[in-house]
Amino acid sequence: MYGQGLLKGLSVTLKRFIATYTDDFKWWGKRYFNADGIAHRSSKDANGIFTVQYPEEKLPTPEEFRYVPFLVYDEGENGEKNIRCTSCGICAKACPPQCIWIVRSSDPNTGRPVPQPAEFYIDADICMNCGFCAEYCPFDAIKMDHDYEIASYGRNVLNKERLMKPASYYAQIRPLNNAREETARAEKAAAKAAKAQA
Amino acid sequence: MNTPVLNETLDLAAQFPGLSADTRPGYSGWLVPAEKLTEFATFARDTLGYDLLSSVTAVDYLEQNLFEVVYHAYKTAGGPGLEFKVQIPRQDPASLPSVTPIWPGADFQEREAYDLFGIRFENHPDLRRILMWEGFEGYPMRKDWKEAFYEDETKPFKSRWPEGKHSLAETRAAFGDNVSFPAGFDPEKWTPTDPEELLYASLRKYSAEVKDGIKTDHVLVNMGPQHPSTHGVFRAVAMLDGETVVSLKPVMGYLHRNHEKIGERNTFLQNMPYTDRLDYFNSMYNNWGYSLAVEKLMGIVVPERAEYLRVIMGELSRIQNHLILFGMLWNDLGAYFTPALYAFEERELILDIFEAVSGTRMMCNYHRFGGVVRDVDAASLQKIKGLVFERLPRRVEEMNRLLSENEIFISRMKGIGYLSLEDSIAYSVTGPNLRAAGIPYDIRRAQPYGIYDRFEFDIPVRHNSDLLDRYLIRMDEIQQSLRILRQALQQLPEGPVLTGKPQYQVKVPAGEAYGRVEAPKGELGYYVVSNGKGNPYRYHIRTPSFVNITSLEKMCVGTKIADFVTILGMVDIVLGELDR
Repeated sequence: MYGQGLLKGLSVTLKRFIATYTDDFKWWGKRYFNADGIAHRSSKDANGIFTVQYPEEKLPTPEEFRYVPFLVYDEGENGEKNIRCTSCGICAKACPPQCIWIVRSSDPNTGRPVPQPAEFYIDADICMNCGFCAEYCPFDAIKMDHDYEIASYGRNVLNKERLMKPASYYAQIRPLNNAREETARAEKAAAKAAKAQA
Repeated sequence: MNTPVLNETLDLAAQFPGLSADTRPGYSGWLVPAEKLTEFATFARDTLGYDLLSSVTAVDYLEQNLFEVVYHAYKTAGGPGLEFKVQIPRQDPASLPSVTPIWPGADFQEREAYDLFGIRFENHPDLRRILMWEGFEGYPMRKDWKEAFYEDETKPFKSRWPEGKHSLAETRAAFGDNVSFPAGFDPEKWTPTDPEELLYASLRKYSAEVKDGIKTDHVLVNMGPQHPSTHGVFRAVAMLDGETVVSLKPVMGYLHRNHEKIGERNTFLQNMPYTDRLDYFNSMYNNWGYSLAVEKLMGIVVPERAEYLRVIMGELSRIQNHLILFGMLWNDLGAYFTPALYAFEERELILDIFEAVSGTRMMCNYHRFGGVVRDVDAASLQKIKGLVFERLPRRVEEMNRLLSENEIFISRMKGIGYLSLEDSIAYSVTGPNLRAAGIPYDIRRAQPYGIYDRFEFDIPVRHNSDLLDRYLIRMDEIQQSLRILRQALQQLPEGPVLTGKPQYQVKVPAGEAYGRVEAPKGELGYYVVSNGKGNPYRYHIRTPSFVNITSLEKMCVGTKIADFVTILGMVDIVLGELDR
């Protein structure tokens, strides 16, 4: 019969329409604007309405999510910011669109280079968020951020001041990575100490 | 390391006088004298049976003062390919015979080589620029051509470190001192000519004719570049007789960014995130093709677990690609967004997995030479299993119920856009569209890469070669992808995911390699030449969209203009890789 396939297709949309309400009833008021509801709507069991109502609701960002990089600094006891970056330039060399500019600082008395950047620019408009800088940094000094709401009216050339974020922030957005790196660093330090003793 | 050769090709030089083996270290294949090219191409197709021409491209060997045109031909029956090259002196005008009369699929690829290298192909039916516009000065892929904001031959650029000196590109003069003008160009006297003159001339060969005593005229219709159903900034110019298409020319390049030139400036690894931006629906597969080519050159082996992860990600991206195609196809047909959004739901879930595993939803940048960047965590693996074993089979079935039997849909699809089996091969059509014509040609079986030889799966074939079959074959393929995924997930071994230490500057021995994979849209090939330095000497991508679109005119001629929309939708183009 002509039209059977059409009706078959329409029955699917009708089922979906009904599912919208059954899922809502099942979750009775808890389906929206809370973490469980959002997680449910982006899981394999989701039926009915699928949308997450950004910006009131936000999808949780997975740990590996990467966005424009930032520089990690360790907080000193007196609140000083000890930047991890040694201005070795590996990130600038690995960067595919070449959007990292580093000014190496030097000792004013001797003129020899000091392992600390005098200035650090990332042209966030050019950055393609590939994550190579964070991947190949040997000092865990540059990491990819989770903050994706950086729309602005002008160009985004981020300088060192703007890029620096505390290590505690890093530990908060990437707990597993941070733990793994801290163990590796501790092991390295222990090996170094053992070698110094020997 | 190099492409293996069939026994019969081993003594090819004896069979075909004038042929010589390419003996440069790291190279393979055969050198053909330019004057014998037509003869050899006919011999390769008819006698040796290499009926499918995969790729035509050129390399500019500036130091040796040579242009080399490289051909890769394969058999649709499967097996390794035949690589042959023609070397011509690097001069203006450089020319060699066209192989388009033998393999019509070479049409656009030769036009591309002409456009970017300035190599003329004699007897080409319609040799015009294809990605750049008529009147563009210079040939961008030549080694001595410099782009706007040119900074250095290769990355990393020296100004970034240790002195910094940050500057915004727009504060500099765009072409600096590398701007050049056509010979005899005088801005005072210059008047613009119609840049489309050549294009319209190529269509106008179909002149007005008298029918039944009524004087009728052909109408020229521009579809695009800003047309809701042209899938991006794609344009087609059609010559119509009433509503019937008499001839049609695709116009492309609006999204051209000279990806290959950027690729030659980049280091080998830096190209990886750029490949994401070709077919942005399938960045996992783009990564795969490129890493396959470079791994061939480097001669490294990928660990087991990484191979499995590549298959899992690749097949997931195939599923979401086909689902999106269905959705977008229905949009083109006028069924706005119900199927598209149903498809997007499943795609969202797959992209969530990509995001958790690789860090980004679409620009995955997941593969590295010798493996993948990171292992998949237990939670994501659980999610994948949930999708593959529970949700996707159910949802694909639902999609099938929603779409496949719809009478309106069937009447718009059945018998439309026919392309005969012979034409499909001749036009180098690959992927689902070739299989819908009745040829079970799938690189995963024809020349298995990765670990595809371990899985049990069928290559679906359909025989009508119309739009409906091209649609149904993709439904079948999703089922097969699910089948592969189920096996891969069950077999997934433990172990490392990367060979050696992660390094940002890899050592790639000199030589050439052609890595090809069965991407969801068709054959995706990367031709990479290394000269032993940190950057690829030549980096060419044979994209399925670009080659499959060659047959567009053939499929459209004789149909109504309204069907063009569906035919184009079913070719499954994506502008990121069409224009590169």
